Amino acid sequence: MTDILQIISDNWLLLLIGQYPNGPLGGLAVTLLLSVLGIVLAFPLGVALALCRLSPFWFLRHPATAVVYVVRGVPLIMFIFWTYFIVPQILGRPVAGFTTMLVTLVIYQSAYLAEIVRAGMTGLPGGQTEAARAIGLNYMQTTFKVLLPQAIYNMVPAIISQFVSSIKDTALGYVISVNELTFAGSQINATLLTMPFQVYILLAAIYFVVCSALTQLARTLEKRIAQRRAGRLPARAAAVVGVAAPQPAKV
Amino acid sequence: MSNAKESSGQPMISFKNVHKWYGDYHALNDINAQVNKGEVIVVCGPSGSGKSTLIRTVNRLEPIQKGHIEFDGQDVYSPKLDVNKFRAHVGFVFQSFNLFPHLSVTENIELAPVTALREKRSSARERALQLLDRVGLANKASAYPGQLSGGQQQRVAIARALAMNPPAILFDEPTSALDPEMVGEVLQVMKQLARDGMTMMCVTHEMNFAREVADRVWFMDHGALIESDTPEAFFGNPQSERAQRFLNDLRSH
Repeated sequence: MTDILQIISDNWLLLLIGQYPNGPLGGLAVTLLLSVLGIVLAFPLGVALALCRLSPFWFLRHPATAVVYVVRGVPLIMFIFWTYFIVPQILGRPVAGFTTMLVTLVIYQSAYLAEIVRAGMTGLPGGQTEAARAIGLNYMQTTFKVLLPQAIYNMVPAIISQFVSSIKDTALGYVISVNELTFAGSQINATLLTMPFQVYILLAAIYFVVCSALTQLARTLEKRIAQRRAGRLPARAAAVVGVAAPQPAKV
Repeated sequence: MSNAKESSGQPMISFKNVHKWYGDYHALNDINAQVNKGEVIVVCGPSGSGKSTLIRTVNRLEPIQKGHIEFDGQDVYSPKLDVNKFRAHVGFVFQSFNLFPHLSVTENIELAPVTALREKRSSARERALQLLDRVGLANKASAYPGQLSGGQQQRVAIARALAMNPPAILFDEPTSALDPEMVGEVLQVMKQLARDGMTMMCVTHEMNFAREVADRVWFMDHGALIESDTPEAFFGNPQSERAQRFLNDLRSH
């Protein structure tokens, strides 16, 4: 235990931000940056894929289904290798490890997010579509004003879970030397040489703290959503409404 | 609201030789009928008789395979019809309310005018608040559907239908999903609409409502329209054996 504390006190900055500002940014900062950027960029792609998957047009539905099946059926590390070896050949110049990892994560996460969003859409009661169509909304208006907002709201816990798994996925960036948390841990291990057990326990603990905190957040949100559905959350709903509340003068 | 009762005799909704099949099942069998402007029609009959199917064909929630339906002079199944524009002018109230849970009550009502009719949000909101007042829910303008009782939700749904200024409203069992103590408040709103001259076609089991408000009662069984009569005649002296049996079953409860 004292070893681990010693490692922390000697290397906490390296674990947090790598060699920055004297070298490249790394450590936990890059891990979080990769996963946040990954999920933020993957989100619109995932929604687009999900809408294509649900589209009445086969020329949208079939390719999107193929993409989702292929991506979900192949290990992430294969994608990392493909991007790592093929993209520089196509571009004719070297590509940074960070970019490679980010592009791979975005493609990978978007397929999973697509399935989450699709599940959220198909899980809505059929009456929602009927009611929207009955008041004259067209297909796009029904999708974007009625179905998608509800689907995404309901799926927030699942999306956070996906985010947690993407944090863990970034550790694979180590194999193409992305300067992230696992990379920083290995650097420390390579300098100390004699304490791999302590170093990797510490590394695991950092991942665990970040991921379990987010999982807990997902669980809390899930409860709130369930409560709000049942109409048992007046305080929060009132706060939300406050913004959109009509002006009394107009009544 | 114009007093449409005076102009009765002009058709608002008309069914001509309407047939519908679900596979081999003959869901609607040669329906010929007419709802005049300003009239209140109550459609009743045993479950599975095709009442809801019939009302849902009027705004094309269900397609028909044969025959013609006209709504306010428009051929509902014409290939040239802009379905979304058409539906915006047909009020429809569902059994299960189908309010949008992610929008406040006011936003539910103004969604269609703003989105489908491109009305200005400020004027749509003003109308939404007026309509809420009309259904007795002015104090719930900023509540969410999940915070309302079933009866209140259904009244919001009626306001949502009214927001498009429809020439007629279709009600598909509007009180069937409600707890008994909430049925009255919804019927009250519907009665007020009827008094204001709104053309209404209601599928309902509320026979007291039919007696009080309906101009005519349509009785359906096995996809066919068997009787169409005034409430007095229908309840007092039903012609068909099936209608007699249906009314007996209702009374024995």
